[in-house]
Amino acid sequence: MSSVLTIADVERIAALAQLELTDEEKQLFTRQLADILAYAQQVQAIDTSGVPATAHVHAGQRTERADEPQRSLSVADAVANAPDPAPDAGLFRVPRVIGG
Amino acid sequence: MAADLLDRSALTLRDDVAVGRVSAVEVCQACLARAQAANVALNGFNLIAAERALARAEQIDRQRAAGEPLGPLAGVPIALKDNLSVRGMRTTASSRILEGYVPPYDATVVRRLEDAGAVILGKTNCDEFAMGSSNENSAFGPVRNPWALDRTPGGSSGGSAAAVAARCVPIALGSDTGGSVRQPGAFCGVVGLKPTYGRVSRYGLLAFASSLDQIGPLTRTAADAALVLSVIAGADPADATTSREPVPDFGAALTGEVTGLRIGVPRAFVGADPPSGAGAVTTGLDEGVRRAFEQALGDLERAGASVVEIALPHAQYAIPVYYLVATAEASSNLARYDGVKYGYRSTGTKDQNLQTMYSRTRDEGFGAEVKRRIMLGTYVLSAGYYDAFYLKAQQVRTLLRRDYDRAFEHVDVVAMPTSPTPAFRLGEKTDDPLQMYLADVFTVSAPLAGLPAISVPCGFSDGLPVGLQLTGRLFDESTLLRTADAYERLTNWHTQAPPLPPH
Repeated sequence: MSSVLTIADVERIAALAQLELTDEEKQLFTRQLADILAYAQQVQAIDTSGVPATAHVHAGQRTERADEPQRSLSVADAVANAPDPAPDAGLFRVPRVIGG
Repeated sequence: MAADLLDRSALTLRDDVAVGRVSAVEVCQACLARAQAANVALNGFNLIAAERALARAEQIDRQRAAGEPLGPLAGVPIALKDNLSVRGMRTTASSRILEGYVPPYDATVVRRLEDAGAVILGKTNCDEFAMGSSNENSAFGPVRNPWALDRTPGGSSGGSAAAVAARCVPIALGSDTGGSVRQPGAFCGVVGLKPTYGRVSRYGLLAFASSLDQIGPLTRTAADAALVLSVIAGADPADATTSREPVPDFGAALTGEVTGLRIGVPRAFVGADPPSGAGAVTTGLDEGVRRAFEQALGDLERAGASVVEIALPHAQYAIPVYYLVATAEASSNLARYDGVKYGYRSTGTKDQNLQTMYSRTRDEGFGAEVKRRIMLGTYVLSAGYYDAFYLKAQQVRTLLRRDYDRAFEHVDVVAMPTSPTPAFRLGEKTDDPLQMYLADVFTVSAPLAGLPAISVPCGFSDGLPVGLQLTGRLFDESTLLRTADAYERLTNWHTQAPPLPPH
């Protein structure tokens, strides 16, 4: 695998991550992420054949509860923090989704 | 009087309030005055909630006057890292993207603390979304180390550690993902405890890396850490990752006894530089840190403990594993910040489409380190790189856990310095993120293995505090607290106070 990260790679990742980076940020992150990935590549030399992955360390315990409705946030509380709420309608307002 | 109050432990203050030697309001006023004065130089608080705190303290005094039972933290002021939700109190995670956000609910730890009578004094500054090791990644500016104002307090819970060290509060909460309670504890000369994964509910903690995050106390004594942990620990239906493991009375474990305790030291790892990949830098162990660490081991040996050499062959890979796993999880957790439901939205996007609003909001709302980690995490989870980086890191994480399992067959705790160096200078590592990551070499292993770990003050290097780190078996915080408390009875490092601003 190549350890060289290009500006195009950074643009592709930024699009996946929903980040509109400035040109300056793209330059900086290309260099810094390449450094970090080059360092991180050392894990690839370790023999892990047959080793299971650890996603988390909590002991397998059942945490289910009865499927009964519980109290949750009121609609008024839920929209109170929104940058562009429509409180009377109980909705969050967003820019157009298609086109524009 | 006020200065003396500020030096008292939470346990002492709690007892003083309970018998009426001092009122909760007097304690609260003293802490508020100190916090306001110290904040000018330290910038440790994002918010000091004076009115709310005083109202709460008055309530405790009324309860006492009425002869009502008081909780185990009644009248004790506490500061909370600003990534913990308090209903009605601005919570920012030191990020612009949460501008204007006021949580509509309390974190479980907040409810438990207030039920125990604690008085929340305010919210402390931290690295943005707890991502950093120096508290320099804050939208509200860096925190300064009370021992040396040109140095970092550590991170990411830098404000909490600085506030406890500067006697603004006897106790504070932080969160620890890769060392964010223990390392600032070491840098500021206070105790920092990261409990076992699953020990403390994260409900209401703004998530960074969900397989690693734990909430823990910063205190001036191990006994106070035991007290706080006893209050906040335990199963919570609102956090499915909490364990139903019984919560012992941690205070009762503090016998002062370490006779027969087996302390494992991974000498090859502690003494060695981390392996250098292409373009990497090495992290040498500071001579003053090494001396303080060896001295602490000697003190514990003389008190009856034995020191045994152990091997943790995969600990040298903990930094790359940590930064691959933590950033992958962060990229997912932080996807929720999109300018729709709460917080900041980029202005002038009304005529744009939704996609542009999202990406512009996130670029303007997140700081550089958070964006860097989101990018790294997105990369290692993306097609073609997942197996080579993310999956591989998770497999090495298993190998690291096995290293600890093997070590704990022979020893009761594992000792390392908390950080290879004492507090570094502000600005020293900000241009080189990799150099900053390498500073976490001794703290990232414990959370990867889910293990509890504590940092306790063990001396100074050139006038800057040094921390001794002890890692324990799963859910065995008791042995860590007992050892740290016994060590405090042998030494007076934990009683040292930094020079304080005029009161």
